[in-house]
Amino acid sequence: MTRNFAAWPIILLLTVLSLPLFIMYLFLLVDTFSNTAPGSLLPNEFTLEHWRFLIDPTITGDVWKPTLTTVIFSASLMIIVVSVSATAGYALSRLALPFRRFVLSGIMVMHAFPSVTLIIGVFLVLQFAGLYNSLTGVILVKASLMLPFGIWIMKGFYDAVPWEIEMAGVQDGASRFTVWRRIILPQVKPGLLSLALFAFIDGWSEYMLPRILAPSSDFEVLSMYLNTVSDPNSSTYNFNIFKSVGLFYTLPVLALFVLFQNRLMNIFGGGTKG
Amino acid sequence: MQISINNFTKTFDGTPVIDDMNLTIRDGEMLALLGPSGCGKSTTLFTISGIHRMDKGQLMFGDRDVSGLPSQKRNVGVVFQNYALYPHMNVFENIAFPLTVRKDNKADIDREVRFIAALTHISELLERRPGQLSGGQQQRVALARALVRKPDVLLLDEPLANLDAKLRLEMRSEIRRIQLETGITAVLVTHDQVEAMSMCDRIAIMKKGEIVQIDTPADMYSNPRTSFVAGFLGNPPISLLNGIAMGNTFSIAPIKLRVPLGSHEGIADGTPLKLGVRPEHFGPEGDIAVEGKITFAETQGRENLYDVELADGSVLRSIQPAARNWKLGEPVRWFIDSKSAFVFSDDGLRL
Ligand SMILES: Nc1ncnc2c1ncn2[C@@H]1O[C@H](COP(=O)(O)OP(=O)(O)O)[C@@H](O)[C@H]1O
Ligand SMILES: [Mg+2]
Repeated sequence: MTRNFAAWPIILLLTVLSLPLFIMYLFLLVDTFSNTAPGSLLPNEFTLEHWRFLIDPTITGDVWKPTLTTVIFSASLMIIVVSVSATAGYALSRLALPFRRFVLSGIMVMHAFPSVTLIIGVFLVLQFAGLYNSLTGVILVKASLMLPFGIWIMKGFYDAVPWEIEMAGVQDGASRFTVWRRIILPQVKPGLLSLALFAFIDGWSEYMLPRILAPSSDFEVLSMYLNTVSDPNSSTYNFNIFKSVGLFYTLPVLALFVLFQNRLMNIFGGGTKG
Repeated sequence: MQISINNFTKTFDGTPVIDDMNLTIRDGEMLALLGPSGCGKSTTLFTISGIHRMDKGQLMFGDRDVSGLPSQKRNVGVVFQNYALYPHMNVFENIAFPLTVRKDNKADIDREVRFIAALTHISELLERRPGQLSGGQQQRVALARALVRKPDVLLLDEPLANLDAKLRLEMRSEIRRIQLETGITAVLVTHDQVEAMSMCDRIAIMKKGEIVQIDTPADMYSNPRTSFVAGFLGNPPISLLNGIAMGNTFSIAPIKLRVPLGSHEGIADGTPLKLGVRPEHFGPEGDIAVEGKITFAETQGRENLYDVELADGSVLRSIQPAARNWKLGEPVRWFIDSKSAFVFSDDGLRL
């Protein structure tokens, strides 16, 4: 933003617009640490009881198992998406592949496609492969749905690396693979990092796919766990505990976002260095 | 090492770019590939380096046929137009890269890098990143990286195009110095005749994928084989007059200009011809008088440039010492030095 352009009206506007959101989050945070008398707006006592679910599995069931599952789910997703996108994006950007145009437009179409519309086909494939109702199956499906986006983004980053740098590497005696690993990959590191974050956060918030593709399995991810807790008909229902679990679930995403927000914005710049 | 290209042909997507080229670069010489943009200079260069493959032909390094070898096995150093330094490595790592790929031991790498850095005058920059260097310094690093492996041939693609005028002058002599000190065989691609003339032992002039003439700068200037070559070398460029052969003279009848053809006898009267006159061969002194009017005057400090328009509209360029000033529009009676003028046939071939 240019300096001679006064920023304060915009800041004011943004503040006003995000005030409701901010207040809601504040109340959420306060509510998880306090009790409020019925009918009153302001809390009247500090308490940690709503956070007891962290150590006491009898309240809402063990929270750590779904947390671990979610970590495994998101991390696997991240590893698959990053490694496949890093290699496929390079191939599509640089190598004279047969059917390159076809593959590229295919990726474009897949990228633009709402993934829900594919679910019946995906269901059949999973059934056929015997991965229905398994965590592996869900990971593979989620990863493949993310790949068009990942590959496209990485291709953009590779496209921005000058062709001459690569040729210089080859001329210096390095194999294409060495050139990719030692010269090209470091140039697209910002892209890899933001894609990794993106994949992790996307995996963390996934709810639909495990529900649809593994409805009767014995694993549970945090979003499903949260859903159970939020059921008002359940015997253990407690609105404040629901808020605490919700906060617990959101916290890692918020932390990642705050830590890496600059990097994350990279991805929308289409590969320009930020 | 002597490099020879034999019967080289290259086609991109059905468009012929290089047609049956033959070229020999002598051991230890610096050769310029000079020509207008798009004539196939870079294509030739990158074929020597192995980035492009020949469709037809043979490439010899010494007496070894390398036509089928990939870039990695050719031992060629290339300096790219934008230098192509590795941005995430510092200068030392950039220069060391070809050696680390070869898995030399650390002490050797360190010695070689420091030696070549001293040669290219960048010893104090080894810790810096390419982004922290000026254009001229980046150029030196690129040169050092290309030379560190002791390549059989050094290839430079428009190495001065990205530099400002002052640095260009400096790097011109620096590249030549480094080439002479290492004694390496080098090919310089450029579209700038001044670079080619000032830096190289020989110049190969290219036009539309063919080599028109290959000669030393001085010979090529004083003895161009075609009007294209004559027009490419020299700044300000040569002027060309259109006329016909008439009684053993080059003649433009309407303005009664007659320049004797001297030794070129027996040209049938009426044959269309071109007369090439360099700016330094047209002025107040000479033997063939022409009358005209000054239509352009430019002061260059030491010299002045003039365009003189003749009665039939054709223009002769002249370069004169700044001592005497002619004004725009002033009528002049100047002379062509007929012994130094070139006569070309209508299709541009020198007679
Ligand atoms: N990789 C390529 N694919 C298709 N055409 C090319 C390629 N490289 C060069 N050409 C064409 O070949 C001709 C010669 O190019 P080049 O050798 O780069 O010319 P220059 O003399 O300016 O270096 C140009 O017309 C250019 O468009
Ligand atoms: Mg070129």
